[in-house]
Amino acid sequence: GLVVVAFDRSPEVYLDIMLRHGLDSNALSRCVRILDCYSDPLGWKQNIRSEQHQEDSGTPCSTNKDTITIFRSVKDVDKLSCSIIDLGRGFEGEGKTYFSVAVDSISSMLRHASVQSISGLLSNLRSHDQISSIFWLMHSDLHETKFSRAFECLSTMVACVEPEVVDSVYGEERRGDMSFLEHNYSKAKFHVRLKRRNGRVKHLYEELCVEGYDVKFISATSVSIEVNQSLLPKVQFNLELSEKERSDRANVVLPFEHQGKGEPIRIYDGRRSLPEAHQDPNLTTAALLDETEALKSANPKGEIHYLRDSDDERPDSDEDPDDDLDI
Amino acid sequence: VCCLRHATPAPRDRFASVDTHAHSPLRSMRLRTYVTYFLQLEAEMEEYGAGDLLSEAMCAGARVVVVEDCVEAPAAFVLHLLLKRALAAGGGGGGGAALLALAQPFSHYDRVLRKMGCNLSMHRKSERLHFFDLQGFPGGTQGGAIADSLAQLYSAVQRVVETCRAGENAGRFTVMIDDVSLLEVAANGSADDVLDFLHYCVTLTSEMNCSLVVLIHEDIYSSEDGVGLLAHLRYIADLVIKAAPLSTGLATDVHGQLSVVNKGMLIEQRPAKGQKVWSFHFKVKENGADFFYPGSRH
Repeated sequence: GLVVVAFDRSPEVYLDIMLRHGLDSNALSRCVRILDCYSDPLGWKQNIRSEQHQEDSGTPCSTNKDTITIFRSVKDVDKLSCSIIDLGRGFEGEGKTYFSVAVDSISSMLRHASVQSISGLLSNLRSHDQISSIFWLMHSDLHETKFSRAFECLSTMVACVEPEVVDSVYGEERRGDMSFLEHNYSKAKFHVRLKRRNGRVKHLYEELCVEGYDVKFISATSVSIEVNQSLLPKVQFNLELSEKERSDRANVVLPFEHQGKGEPIRIYDGRRSLPEAHQDPNLTTAALLDETEALKSANPKGEIHYLRDSDDERPDSDEDPDDDLDI
Repeated sequence: VCCLRHATPAPRDRFASVDTHAHSPLRSMRLRTYVTYFLQLEAEMEEYGAGDLLSEAMCAGARVVVVEDCVEAPAAFVLHLLLKRALAAGGGGGGGAALLALAQPFSHYDRVLRKMGCNLSMHRKSERLHFFDLQGFPGGTQGGAIADSLAQLYSAVQRVVETCRAGENAGRFTVMIDDVSLLEVAANGSADDVLDFLHYCVTLTSEMNCSLVVLIHEDIYSSEDGVGLLAHLRYIADLVIKAAPLSTGLATDVHGQLSVVNKGMLIEQRPAKGQKVWSFHFKVKENGADFFYPGSRH
């Protein structure tokens, strides 16, 4: 089942979205519970009703009485935690039932409670044996970076939706001109950071496209290559290779790759090359003869077959052969 | 159609002269289609309150409207326009409004809207307009009681909305706040309390067929270190109307530029064309305002 902790939108909106995406109402009533922290988060409406001596009208929509539960004290984080768990325990099923928790949004929760208490809530939920996953929404520009980071540390996966067009020049000239936003309202960059069990961090990049009610994800492989190349440090000298340099490198024959092209193998051992030695009057003939003897007695029988690895491996390649290990 | 778009609402007699006596049935059919179309368009224009660019960008269904302005381009005229339309909404007397006024006394709004052809005193007497004079808000008690004062204010607003809805007029109700920056001042700078109050007003929009229109001064928050009320409001809003001065400076014909961002959260709000961001110029007049695309001023 799914428990939705709704702060930002009316519960009907979530139900409507789920219905629109194909879930039928039976499945909804079986698998979805909404903790309504939107309608009356601080209990003001209840106070008004009790002042006017009106009866409690309960949930706004009578057909969804089981699905939607109103919560009126959002400042009490412990009570919130208990309510979430209670709702989750209410799912029927054979054997042990697991449920997920969705929070919309942590930014709204942070207006009512401290970062520590909310982190504590998430940790409690995380360690609960019936909760299989928790996901929450956070508006990063509404908080200080350190708070966003704190919640990112708690998570195993962080998905960021970033604007396609960033108005870097938000100066006087662009003031009031928001036409660049048109593009941002239908397209965005989607960046996922996955923390693996073995500690490695994997990055995924996609492009997000909103058309009406559908959200499409287009994997942007070209984007990931650009990012990998930008992992090189930014220094004042060029660390990259031009095309000509790349092809020249591909054409280089490594010394241990061949057994000679018909010329005598000149293995450079620190001494001067033979033709130069011939011309040098200081070298004695005996020394020269020694050198030539050494060359001739090189054993031609042993062979080494060297198969060159691919040159295409980029620095910090993402593929870790140990990833297959599931320890 | 182009002609009607930029003109003031056409009186009904304009269509009396259409000649429906045709020589061929095809011609009469075509004429009848045109006539129906124009009548429909006129009805729509009446509902939106004139077919100008602002109403086109806004569409009828926007629930939470945030109007941003600055000293160089004040957007109080947008509030006046929306108030006039809210009180005129729905042909047969539907609709109503609640104005939470911290910026000006009633006499000011009365005078301004009278020049625009809307009699606020009459509406106030007939209970179509509920005016909350909040220039002295919150009054006596200060400190921790701010939340209580705001809760009481919300209670009063909710009562007004419920009464209006229970009456014969079940049309669109508009709650207008002029303005949120002053409300924050009245709350001693406590943005959280103001946001709580605004959240409750937003719940009214989803539960009671009601719109919320708030004015906020964007230039107050631009140099703040922390995140202010403005960022939160931009997230809550379904529609953001931002007034800004022209980059070229002052002009007599053009008073500034208006950007309308229609996020279209719910289905009835999505503009037909799918366009989400509108940008045009405006000129404020005694009896309203003109909206036009840059360069098309005639």
